[in-house]
Amino acid sequence: MKTNDVILQTVTKVTLFIIILFSIHLFFAGHYYPGGGFIGGLMTSGAIVLLLLAFDIKTVKSILPIDYIKLTAIGLLFAIGTGAGALLFDMPFLTHAYTYVNMPLLGKTSLHTAVLFDTGVYLVVIGVTMTIIQTIGESE
Amino acid sequence: MSLLHLAVISPLLLALLIPFLHKHFRKIHTGWFLLPLPAVLFGYFLQFISVTRQGDTVMETIPWISSLGIDFTVKVDGLGLLFALLITGIGALVVLYSIYYLSPEKEKLNTFYIYLLLFMGAMLGVVLSDNLIVLYAFWELTSFSSFLLIGYWNHRERSRYGAQKSMLITVFGGLSMFGGILLLNSITGTFSITETIAMSNEVVNHPLFTATLILFLLGAFTKSAQFPFHIWLPDAMEAPTPVSAYLHSATMVKAGIYMVARMTPVFAHSGTWVWLVAGIGIITLFWGSFSAVKQVDLKAILAFSTVSQLGMIMSLLGAGAAALHYGTIQDGYYIVAVTAAVFHLINHATFKGSLFMVTGIIDHETGTRDIRKLGGLMNFMPITFTLAIIGTFSMAGIPPFNGFLSKEMFFTGMLRIAEMDIFSFDTWGILFPIIAWTASVFTFLYSMIYVFKTFTGKYQPEKLDKKPHEAPVGMLIPPVILASLAVIIGIYPDVISGRLISPALRSILPALLDDSKAYEVHIYHWHGFTPELFMTIGVIAVGILLYKTLTKWTGVYRAFPEKLALNRFYDSGLEKLELGSLNITRGYMTGFIRTYLVYIFTFFVLALGVTLFYRNAFALDFSDVAPIRFFEVVLVAIMAISAITILFAKSRLTSIILLGSVGYTVALFFVIFRAPDLALTQLVIETVSVALFLLAFYHLPQINRKEEHMRFKLGNLLVSIGVGVIVTMIALSAHSNKSFKSISEYYVENTYKKAGGENMVNVILVDFRGFDTMFEIAVLGIAALGIFAMIRLRLTRGKE
Amino acid sequence: MEILMAFLVGILFMTATYLMLSKSLLRIIIGTGLLSHGAHLLLLTMGGLKRGAAPLLGENAPAYADPLPQALILTAIVISFGVTAFFLVLAYRAYQELGTDNMDRLRGKEGHE
Repeated sequence: MKTNDVILQTVTKVTLFIIILFSIHLFFAGHYYPGGGFIGGLMTSGAIVLLLLAFDIKTVKSILPIDYIKLTAIGLLFAIGTGAGALLFDMPFLTHAYTYVNMPLLGKTSLHTAVLFDTGVYLVVIGVTMTIIQTIGESE
Repeated sequence: MSLLHLAVISPLLLALLIPFLHKHFRKIHTGWFLLPLPAVLFGYFLQFISVTRQGDTVMETIPWISSLGIDFTVKVDGLGLLFALLITGIGALVVLYSIYYLSPEKEKLNTFYIYLLLFMGAMLGVVLSDNLIVLYAFWELTSFSSFLLIGYWNHRERSRYGAQKSMLITVFGGLSMFGGILLLNSITGTFSITETIAMSNEVVNHPLFTATLILFLLGAFTKSAQFPFHIWLPDAMEAPTPVSAYLHSATMVKAGIYMVARMTPVFAHSGTWVWLVAGIGIITLFWGSFSAVKQVDLKAILAFSTVSQLGMIMSLLGAGAAALHYGTIQDGYYIVAVTAAVFHLINHATFKGSLFMVTGIIDHETGTRDIRKLGGLMNFMPITFTLAIIGTFSMAGIPPFNGFLSKEMFFTGMLRIAEMDIFSFDTWGILFPIIAWTASVFTFLYSMIYVFKTFTGKYQPEKLDKKPHEAPVGMLIPPVILASLAVIIGIYPDVISGRLISPALRSILPALLDDSKAYEVHIYHWHGFTPELFMTIGVIAVGILLYKTLTKWTGVYRAFPEKLALNRFYDSGLEKLELGSLNITRGYMTGFIRTYLVYIFTFFVLALGVTLFYRNAFALDFSDVAPIRFFEVVLVAIMAISAITILFAKSRLTSIILLGSVGYTVALFFVIFRAPDLALTQLVIETVSVALFLLAFYHLPQINRKEEHMRFKLGNLLVSIGVGVIVTMIALSAHSNKSFKSISEYYVENTYKKAGGENMVNVILVDFRGFDTMFEIAVLGIAALGIFAMIRLRLTRGKE
Repeated sequence: MEILMAFLVGILFMTATYLMLSKSLLRIIIGTGLLSHGAHLLLLTMGGLKRGAAPLLGENAPAYADPLPQALILTAIVISFGVTAFFLVLAYRAYQELGTDNMDRLRGKEGHE
């Protein structure tokens, strides 16, 4: 895909960060408002796809030198690790815990192990989507 | 988890490490990493002798599926311990031997040792499990690892044939035994062997008893290569020789013996058991030794010899079971058969193990195992020759080796069976000593053939590929140890009688020996001028005579019609089965995916339609419905029209865009129906998948070029309408029948209380149903890997 | 509304089935896509429609829409995406190797059972 679309490229540069920020917001908001690992991950990969459309694959690879298959594996490890962590406390697999902490500046904040699990989901979704798109794109 | 459990599964754990060890320490033969494990386990199990000698047992349990009565219970008693010692002891020697036998350059050592460890763990599991289901699982694992080991040289056609044969026969038996286990469970209500033994009376008087017994025996007979299932064992000799020595003579084939011994307390009160076990055993004994004489391959001789020796042990166990009917030990009068069985089991492992290793040495150093090519090796391999002499003489029952002692006891056992006055043994029983004696003559004969055709006679260097010489020391140590054991046990049998045999007897005949803990086995060399002694002398005399006149009477074997050979039945049976199933399959497997989809959809329509009709489940209830607004109708119309238009779309681009429009409409529905998470996901997914579709089919010009002409098919339309109607009916009935309350209340109530979140959908995903999500992302990962493999691996291959 | 949705789901299933029974691989894949859309709507409909606010406790509503079908559908959407992608690549590769996407011609090698 050799394109030279100045408008698309400029717009992409600006919107990309907005989308990624929004996706991260979606991810963290997941426990309370619509969002979560799946949506956040998809949104992030949507942003990268946009980048792919505006620039070519090689450029994107040099900007984001990530091995998406490894990312998938790390994500799976996160999810399984969080689940297995419960075993250490003699709880059934995948038991989550949470607590509320008063943090400076942020005020009352909740800490969840579920977020770790969701991080796994988030990483896997990005990894999978990007692996698929990248491999298909590169095979041309 | 106790140390005992760890001991049982430690081979399986070590198997996990083997690939890494093999990869990182290429210079060191992988076998050296293995060797410590069976040696340590052997030492570990030796400690239990002091326990079982007191008549005690050790039992450890890990709960597994307790609700079904399935727990991983390990029990060490005399019988199990004896086998565990055989498995680990012979295992250590075989591993040492294999280090010199298998060359690290040519062989895939990692796979070999993984299979071997798999087998070792499985076999320990079989003999130490007290739970029948767990035992069965390990039992099948031994068949499986045996299959892998026989087929180890998988480039050879004979190896694959032998592997398949052993798998088919032993797994058939294993499944039969599984049936037997389930029947037994339906009688007793427990899977525990200990508890089953206690309920022996109920089992024997149950109407299903005979079926249970036969199913169990099928498992044991196939595993222990009893007539007519013995045909797999000679073909299993395609495995590397250490494997033959280990699996197919010392341990795995004795699993069937173990099973019979283990189940003796449960089944032995019936005449069927005694007759079947003793009868099949004695037939196997005769047929095995008779067939061994005509073999020309050293390993084939040993294979048939193993078959016949297993038959001998089996017949002894059968005869010994009859002892239970007399209720007392009577100074070991009837119990001698079981004693001989256990004793010979040990002896067989020693001399047959060493003989297999000797065969391996001959094969390794001369390049052949054909006795027509071998001869006069005595001068080149003096140590090997000595080992062969000890092994074969022990096998033939010549004093002072251990085989002589057990052979004498075997004759005693067979003579006793003829004296018994139950189950019409008083009329037919006389056949037992006669067949036993004849078979022993043949045993003597093939033992002599084995040793003298190989080591004496004319040396024929022109027929050998290599110049023969003595084997390396490491290869000689294991058979030397085994042969020395054969001599030591032969001279001082009481070394093992009290430590190993008595405790094992107590497990086989608990009813007899429980109340008389003082019972100790003593084995004597000299019984006086008994019938047994004359039988032995007769065997040797007739044996020598037949050996001298071998060429004159071997024509007997040609008289046996080739057509009736069991292998013929097996081969043609297998061929017909394959042909038959192929014909049936061809009838409905057309190779067109459309046909299969039609099957699936038709089944779907019929199954659901018939159920809806018969259960009178179809219902329509308009009272409790949500209101409809105008724009919702518009959306429904857009979606329906888009979907139907796809059917008539000529260009691919149009259909992709229409699919996209359906997807976005679905997202709008999610918004209307208060599902914000779904709406967001659907929107993003739809965007990404349309991009994907376009990427795969639009940006690749060659795919877009050719448009196939599409024809309208009435049959397809009917099936599709059927599916549509059924789904609509299901949806309507599901809405109208509210048989029970929704379980969603739980989530509404507990999302904050238990999981500390407010977005119920997300909390369900990551917390309440986290398992689903975990596997879902695993599936996603697999899909991505699949895609990656399909595209990327081809590219790298193209470059080569 | 539920009745209307039931019919819509039926139509989706019908078209999906018809597409899946056709010869062209692409049409089969589009068929599976439609099938999953239909299944998602079916699940949602079964849980009852418009029974309350979105399933967010922050809404403080007296009643909420059923969250369980929504969670199931969310899983299903993502899975069907993965499967569709896999299927697409399979079709694409089959086309590259064999030069056709007509199911009747994708028959493997001659004499291969």
